[in-house]
Amino acid sequence: MLLKLVPQDTKIAFVSVRKIAYVVSGLMIIASIFLYFEKGLNFGIDFKGGFLIEAHTDHTADLSQLRTLTGNLGLGDVALQTFGDDSQVLIRIEYQEDKSLNEVVALVRQTLEAEYGDTVTFQRTEAVGPKVSGELIESGVMSVLLAVGAVLFYIWIRFEWQFGLGAVIALLHDVILTVGMFSLTQLEFNLSIIAAILTIVGYSLNDTVVVYDRIRENLRKFRKMELPELIDFSLNETLTRTVMTSLTTLLALVALFYFGGEVIHGFTAAMIWGIFVGTYSSVFIASPVLLWFELRREPEEKAEDGKEAIPEQFR
Amino acid sequence: MLDFPRWKVISIILTSLIGIMLALPNFLTNEQIENLPGFLPSSQITLGLDLQGGAHFLLEVDTAETIKKLLLDKGQSLRDDLRDADILHRYRVVGEGLVITLTNPEQREDALEIIRDAAVKVGASLTNVGTDDIVIEEGNGAVINISLSEAAILEKKIQSVQQSIEVLRRRIDGTGTKEPTIQQNGEDRILLQLPGVDNTEEIKNVIETTAAMNFHLTNLAVSQEDIMRGRTPPRTTIYPSLEKDENGQPLYQYAIRDEVMVSGEDLVNATYSTDENNQPAVSITFNTRGGKQFADATRANVGKPFAIILDGEVISAPRINTAILGGSAIITGSFTVQEANDLALLLRAGALPAPLDFIEERTVGPDLGADSVAAGEIAAVIGLAAVMIFIVLSYGFFGIIADAALAVNILMIFGVLSMFGATLTLPGIAGIVLTVGMAVDANVLIFERIREELARGKNVLSAVDIGYGRAFGTIVDANVTTLIAALILFQFGSGPVKGFAVTLAAGIFTSVFTAVSLSRLMVVTWVRKKRPETIKL
Repeated sequence: MLLKLVPQDTKIAFVSVRKIAYVVSGLMIIASIFLYFEKGLNFGIDFKGGFLIEAHTDHTADLSQLRTLTGNLGLGDVALQTFGDDSQVLIRIEYQEDKSLNEVVALVRQTLEAEYGDTVTFQRTEAVGPKVSGELIESGVMSVLLAVGAVLFYIWIRFEWQFGLGAVIALLHDVILTVGMFSLTQLEFNLSIIAAILTIVGYSLNDTVVVYDRIRENLRKFRKMELPELIDFSLNETLTRTVMTSLTTLLALVALFYFGGEVIHGFTAAMIWGIFVGTYSSVFIASPVLLWFELRREPEEKAEDGKEAIPEQFR
Repeated sequence: MLDFPRWKVISIILTSLIGIMLALPNFLTNEQIENLPGFLPSSQITLGLDLQGGAHFLLEVDTAETIKKLLLDKGQSLRDDLRDADILHRYRVVGEGLVITLTNPEQREDALEIIRDAAVKVGASLTNVGTDDIVIEEGNGAVINISLSEAAILEKKIQSVQQSIEVLRRRIDGTGTKEPTIQQNGEDRILLQLPGVDNTEEIKNVIETTAAMNFHLTNLAVSQEDIMRGRTPPRTTIYPSLEKDENGQPLYQYAIRDEVMVSGEDLVNATYSTDENNQPAVSITFNTRGGKQFADATRANVGKPFAIILDGEVISAPRINTAILGGSAIITGSFTVQEANDLALLLRAGALPAPLDFIEERTVGPDLGADSVAAGEIAAVIGLAAVMIFIVLSYGFFGIIADAALAVNILMIFGVLSMFGATLTLPGIAGIVLTVGMAVDANVLIFERIREELARGKNVLSAVDIGYGRAFGTIVDANVTTLIAALILFQFGSGPVKGFAVTLAAGIFTSVFTAVSLSRLMVVTWVRKKRPETIKL
């Protein structure tokens, strides 16, 4: 007996709930934008510049005490958090114009060793100057915009412009909600999160394209079918695949989240959220928004031999 | 319909086998690899700094400094030329230009001619005669404005970056660091990656020091009091000693004549040695020119002290007891063994043409790297197992085929990465795990399509055929979009993120190949052999 998470012939009326989906998504987008401007993002040193030290000790770290100690070093704002288990501390320090990484590390090392003896090891030390962090922000934003643009172009070429617009609406939706999630949770937003967002862009599109592909095919096949009906039909046809692929990807990501180590936690968290959002948006947003645009059907006379005209690879 | 031409079968199997063979060295120890027959591939995936530990530096060459120096040198030689032609003038440096004010404006044309003659062509190539290194502003009267041309500035920048890279390479090789990466990054930056380097303090000292060393005579006419007040006669500058007291203040100050007695550029060798008191020292050897200059200068100044100046600090100021004729000398100072060794290395490697700024640095300890590798492996194995089980549960026999294709897929990713000598980073491992999840997608698309065709009443043979055929276009479209994202990431990302983009892109190619070729071959072979009436899917 094979596992069937989605029954064979579903007839879910996705399109009829589109208004609800628009409202839900609209509210979430507004909330994300609001959060972004109110709370901002917890930028890592990649984007803010500064120093980062990952220290391991044999003891449980007393954060509040450490905070007092490091706060007295005259290094300005020092942020501390445990990383992985309680004996590992992540220390983030503002960029110091007049101190090198080695000097900052030496200062912090003295402080920690006074507290924990010489069991302290520094596993990771990083310094990013303001010039580099500025450029990293720039190239991060550029790459996301470029990805959205490139994809819009690709879909426009392969499909029709309406599909391209629909896909980009869904894409912006996913990116905004992901940024909103990071603003809400205040998880560290660093370079790897940009990588995650671009992967989400790729994944979400992958999902959207599969559905669009089916809609296009059905547009050719069922010339008399009303558009909402046709979209519903296509969504239901591809529903099993949508769910299966999301699930296998999620399985892999959850394994990464729990076993992959602390360093990529933010990345996997972003990806897991992105899979949910991306799957949701390709079903409830990307497809119904096609109704906003006039989808052009091929002229009637081509209908008879329309099937023949479809290139080999789409058959 | 289910025809699979023989050449196709062979090429699919061959491609898979080559992919697996390429991946193989990664599972062998170094010893086993050495014993492999020569025709087998032996390159392994390189682990990124985040996985093997090491230091990453991004350095910026402060070219402003060298350009300023270029301007001053040019100005100096123009002054000499004008003086030789008896053209009286005053000379100032204003911003990025030189201002020459003639005492007698009527000499303007003569002066201009001399200046024009002094211009040197830069940026010349086979097809291009080059551009003048200076630009003379239009105008008249006593004032002549001169600035460096853009071509001259550009050439100087390129030169100083390339020269810096050369010097850094010699210095880092001298420290015994294994497999360093030193490459230009953008216009005026240098990327430095040092695997396995944990203690960065030492290596940073070696990198940072400009190591410009010159020998000068000290100006004995300046009293200690004048030095303290900072009062110096023309062509004399006050330099602090390299030796510092406990507060970090220089122990001594010296009044040094600006004229260079011998330049460090004339050194041919420098090695660690000890002086007569068995204290660490550096022995140096000059080239012929340097040796002669040194001999002449010491012969003429017996009994006077001279100073050895390194990057604006006096290492020592010994008295010249006799003329030094052999072209070699020994530098003593209050060095530790390490300091003497470093100085010898720096002098051997040559001076940096410009100061270097550290604008980004990251180090990862070897333990954290090993932890990350272990965590990545566990996550990959668990993720892979979970996906494989899920697929078999969902698709039964076809699931097993998909899993087999997936296993080949993973091996092929390693194969592709090894072939291109790609670097595996922690995000890269995440990319592989993610590919596991997404690779199944192509198979799911195909199986779902077959399911649909079966439900429409098609027989097994044609359902399989149509399933693979129809799904292909969708698979390509769906993967191209992810590929676009991966390419952009590769273009814009740095370090670990680039590693992620590489594995993601490799995974896209291998998963499309295994899904549409390998799994298809397996399914078609099975269907042809068994001729099943119905299939469970």
